[in-house]
Amino acid sequence: MSESFRLSAEQFAQLFEQLSTAYLLAGPKRIAGAGRFSGTDLVRYAFLKSADELELHEKSWFSPKELVFPPDETLFYFNGQQFTEATLPDDHEIIVFLRPCDINGIDRLDRMFLENAGVVDPYYKRRRERLHYFMIECRESFENCFCVSMQANRTSDYEVALRFEENSVQVEVCGQKFVDLFARAGEKAEFKPEFVSENPVRVELPTEETMPPEIFNDKFWDEYDSRCIACGRCNTSCVTCSCFTTTDLFYGDSRQCGERRRVWDGCHLDGFCDMAGGHTFRKDKGERMRFKTFHKIYDFRKRFGVDMCVGCGRCDDVCPEYISFSNCINKLSAKLKGGL
Amino acid sequence: MSLDLNRKKVTKNAYRITKRRNYSAIRIRVPGGHLDASLISTIAAIAEKFGDGTMHITTRQGFEIPNIPFERISEVNAALAPVIDKLQVKNGVVIETVGAGYPGAGMRNISACIGSRVCPFANADTTALAQRLEGELFPNDFHVKIAVTGCPNDCIKAHMQDFGIISICEPVYSYDDCIGCEACVKACSRKVTGALSMRDGKVYRDERRCIGCGECVLACPTAAWTRRPGNLYRLLIMGRTGKKNPRLAMPFLDRVSEDVVCQVIRNTIAYIDRHILRCLPKEHIGYIVDRTGLEVFKQEVLAGISFNKGARVAKTMQWPGYHTLNDANFKLIKES
Repeated sequence: MSESFRLSAEQFAQLFEQLSTAYLLAGPKRIAGAGRFSGTDLVRYAFLKSADELELHEKSWFSPKELVFPPDETLFYFNGQQFTEATLPDDHEIIVFLRPCDINGIDRLDRMFLENAGVVDPYYKRRRERLHYFMIECRESFENCFCVSMQANRTSDYEVALRFEENSVQVEVCGQKFVDLFARAGEKAEFKPEFVSENPVRVELPTEETMPPEIFNDKFWDEYDSRCIACGRCNTSCVTCSCFTTTDLFYGDSRQCGERRRVWDGCHLDGFCDMAGGHTFRKDKGERMRFKTFHKIYDFRKRFGVDMCVGCGRCDDVCPEYISFSNCINKLSAKLKGGL
Repeated sequence: MSLDLNRKKVTKNAYRITKRRNYSAIRIRVPGGHLDASLISTIAAIAEKFGDGTMHITTRQGFEIPNIPFERISEVNAALAPVIDKLQVKNGVVIETVGAGYPGAGMRNISACIGSRVCPFANADTTALAQRLEGELFPNDFHVKIAVTGCPNDCIKAHMQDFGIISICEPVYSYDDCIGCEACVKACSRKVTGALSMRDGKVYRDERRCIGCGECVLACPTAAWTRRPGNLYRLLIMGRTGKKNPRLAMPFLDRVSEDVVCQVIRNTIAYIDRHILRCLPKEHIGYIVDRTGLEVFKQEVLAGISFNKGARVAKTMQWPGYHTLNDANFKLIKES
């Protein structure tokens, strides 16, 4: 059951303000001058003070995964005798404005953090439970998007869907939680969100049920040895990359008191698979590219029945070396088709 | 009729005496070394019509058109009008008669690296600053060399100028966004000064070592490093080539705003006017400072300036260079 409404931009701004008293509101925000190059802006997920801070015209550089899986999170504090789990700084619920691909992206994180091998990650879960999805309708692709090929262009997992128009906002409200608020703020309307049905970038996924083992050592991956610089931007910008490393931090000179943190790590970064004794799996960048590629479009599917990659295209947006993941998938599929 | 020339007047008009009797060369100012491509055809047409059809790209990013007969100066000046209009007047230079050529030639073309319009390393739009300086300083008759560079890589060779302006940034660290990947630490120690080090999985920045190049911002995969908004500069002064005492320019002001840079250079022009030895054909600014001493220079050029917060000034200055009278250091390798 859902109801639909139309709000003027002003009514929406007021409603936003009203929501701010009870919720934290997060969404893509333009941060002036914070881009990698001087004089450029950075669009990233952040808490919003008002509706006009919502950036709707540019894809965010980083994904909303930071809301459920922060780059650096303290898990517990210890003092040699006992430990205390870290609590969240507040118990606010969070309304997050995000697009269908990112909703699907967080679904992939859910599988990893909540369903994988029957283990529930409590630190993820407590953040995840605070989220309310306000879906930004996405009818047109940004550069490098290939969500349609990944079947991540659609979703029904949202409490509110919004179409932002010139001077108004149309919304579909599902469930009871927000319906009264919207009913009071605007007038009834007929609105159902549409979903982008075609991207200029298309990928053809490998059809193999079981990958031929030869492809793992194939020369196909060698070109990435010299192209990839292991900066890790594809990992940090990816909505579905969920790898982290744990590290203990001791306070001052103490050898007893400190805290344990988990910090983002990524398969393209140096040190990711360093072992005690100095052994490193996947020393070459091509091997890291292979590992990522198969995880995103093959291994994950075998475990969870759905591909990990949602085709948001951020890895292509941010790669300083112009390595394109969508091109990699297509080249791989062509290679497999042609026979090894 | 024989040529009867007021040499000083034509020199001030940006024409020079050349080896070839009765022929001159015109120097065309291109502030920041950036211009509309269409102006090239105007300049080329002048070279073809009045010169020998060739033109020289100068070390300061201007053009010099050789082999122009002195008697055709007024025609050349008229043909230069659109160039001067676009590159000087439009940048704020006040010129009474645009068709009369350049109103001065003392201050050399203000050069700049390609800057942040193109280069990922640049911290500021160097072209725009060069153009602003052109508007504020030109014309003046003192031989002053200024260049603007976008980062401490110093591609424009700010270290060889009277005023070398290096655009820098103040890196701001977001502790929570840092994943300790060490990309910035590696970049800083490999390419810069090693101002960054790891402490407990996070990055510590030694402010006294940091030169504000922005490599950490470029390297960071999580945007934990960003530039504090507002352009900052390091101003190097009194570098020079020349026959007497070539030397590198050295940092005089650090972390100063664009307005401070412009004000200091304007004050310097007034300082030169007060102190220059007019018995010499042209005394270079560096030698004037050598004569008056740094303290007098400092007092006069910093007077009345409202500094931005965080601005710093050098306590002393030592210029690495050498006096060219060093024959004693040479020994004969081969007699003849």
